[in-house]
Amino acid sequence: MKGNFAIDVRGMTKRFGDHTVVNGIDLQVRGGEVYGFLGPNGSGKTTFIRMLCGLLDADGGEGTCLGFDIIRESDSIKRQVGYMTQRFSFYEDLSIAENLDFVARMYGVENRREAVRESIDRLGLAGRQKQLAGELSGGWKQRLALAACLIHNPRLLLLDEPTAGVDPKARRDFWEQIHELAGQGLTFLITTHYMDEAERCDRLAYLSYGNLLTSGTPAEVIAGAGLTNPSLEEVFIHLMGSSKDNFSQ
Amino acid sequence: MKKRPPLSFARFWAIVIKEFVQMRRDRLTFGMIIGIPVVQLMLFGYAINGDPKHLPTAVLLADNGQQGRSILSALKNSDYFRFVRELHTEAEADAALARGEVQFVVTIPENFSRNLLRGEKPTVLVEADATDPSATGNAIASLRTLLGSALQQDLKGPLSFLAGSDGPINLRVHARYNPEGISQYNIVPGLMGVVLTMTMVMITGLAITRERERGTMENLLSMPTRPLEVLLGKIIPYIFVGYIQVGLILAAARFLFHIPMTGSIPLLLLTSLVFIAANLAMGITFSTLAKNQLQAVQMTFFFFLPSLLLSGFMFPFRGMPEWAQAIGEILPLTHFLRVIRGILLKGNGFEEVLLQLWQIALFAVVVLAVGVKRYRKTLD
Repeated sequence: MKGNFAIDVRGMTKRFGDHTVVNGIDLQVRGGEVYGFLGPNGSGKTTFIRMLCGLLDADGGEGTCLGFDIIRESDSIKRQVGYMTQRFSFYEDLSIAENLDFVARMYGVENRREAVRESIDRLGLAGRQKQLAGELSGGWKQRLALAACLIHNPRLLLLDEPTAGVDPKARRDFWEQIHELAGQGLTFLITTHYMDEAERCDRLAYLSYGNLLTSGTPAEVIAGAGLTNPSLEEVFIHLMGSSKDNFSQ
Repeated sequence: MKKRPPLSFARFWAIVIKEFVQMRRDRLTFGMIIGIPVVQLMLFGYAINGDPKHLPTAVLLADNGQQGRSILSALKNSDYFRFVRELHTEAEADAALARGEVQFVVTIPENFSRNLLRGEKPTVLVEADATDPSATGNAIASLRTLLGSALQQDLKGPLSFLAGSDGPINLRVHARYNPEGISQYNIVPGLMGVVLTMTMVMITGLAITRERERGTMENLLSMPTRPLEVLLGKIIPYIFVGYIQVGLILAAARFLFHIPMTGSIPLLLLTSLVFIAANLAMGITFSTLAKNQLQAVQMTFFFFLPSLLLSGFMFPFRGMPEWAQAIGEILPLTHFLRVIRGILLKGNGFEEVLLQLWQIALFAVVVLAVGVKRYRKTLD
């Protein structure tokens, strides 16, 4: 791996028609870091993540993800990345166990049966594994999705608004799990709209209209804004207001 | 309390406007609204013809007299028959009929002219490929008049007594493969092809679009997969489904409709495999072209309609003008109909089947190649 970065990209750009959704973003995420990705809806967070894992072709930019070239080696990246989509994207007409089994087969996981069983146990879903994924509540769907993303032992997890629509207790459990996994060396890039979640990240980046406005540790971000009543929430509302002036379409 | 009016014009109008806007956005549906009447008009107005003419006919001419040649030239000049070649042996005649190369073989026996002039009423044998009775009916009916008038020129003056009340010759018509002219013999085997075309294309047509619509495609694409893995993986299970349909229809053909099964059933099953695969490939390719499930269904319909009408299932293939036959030749159903009717009714073997089979296989390969090329590995 080049340096110690799990993600090391420069000038990432994506256009849809004449609309630039991601505008030359540089990003470096260290191995084992929990990196928060913030910004209003439509700021390009999802598009950026999709480019990282080869779901979208970038119009510009270069760099590496887990040491693999993001343009040429997207298959190798896919093998070692877990991507949790914003919208639940597993099969609602398959059961929990069938979904996990499918994912494990797709990644060619060794000792597949065991991996699936362990994953179900860790989820606390033993006894319910025959339930259809479509019948699960939002919080359980999110847990299933995370379990499915972890089944092939990825080194990097890209989580796109993993806690949207999830109740506070489940959200807290979720973040505890993330820090536990980060302690084991997993790297996270997480998008969120929740400030309490942002505060739990090692470092943050704030996007608006495809531009990276600020980045650093939560403390650095707050200090850099120079506000009288500093909190992350205030900083972002401030950024949102100023970016509207700068980048209104 | 004031009674509410049954209909609010404003709300009704809001829905009318919304529907028009959505219609304008959905180009394919709009295209169908224009396209379907045009296609139907073309097909029903110009392509379909229940009274096929210019049917390919071969002549086995064993006689070298004047009158034999008169009959040959009369056939050449007739509406219903198109002389394609002269045959020399009985075996050649059998082969040409089995391959479906000709619709009729007219045999003019040795010493035909001599026997005719002696007043011995020689026999002209007409063998017809009667797998589709509706294709041959009118032609056979016209034959007697045709032959009578062909000889009229020759049987003038002193010979006119030969043209007597019941004609100068015997005409024996031999309806091969379906001697009783039972239309089920033609339709039921054909139905197998039609059912497979409809269901197989539809089933896989939805396969990729469903993943896109439900959002599961994003997940699938984020995993390390190759297009061929996805496309083939989605085709194979339905081959199994196709065979269930094949079994069902074959059983019905055998036990309910008593369709003769002259040829080899294993050969038929092998051919079905290629045909099913071709239709599944078509469906998968529609799936990669369509934006949503509705479009996939619409494309299926656009494929099914010409298949039904131009393949020779509903109307005699040879009744259609050349441009329509050319389109028909592309469609896998056309070739499959020839294969299944050939195997069941004519007892065709591998050699005759192969003439059609490679065309079905070629269709499958070309269509799948388009599908693989069109399959998007990204969400772009």
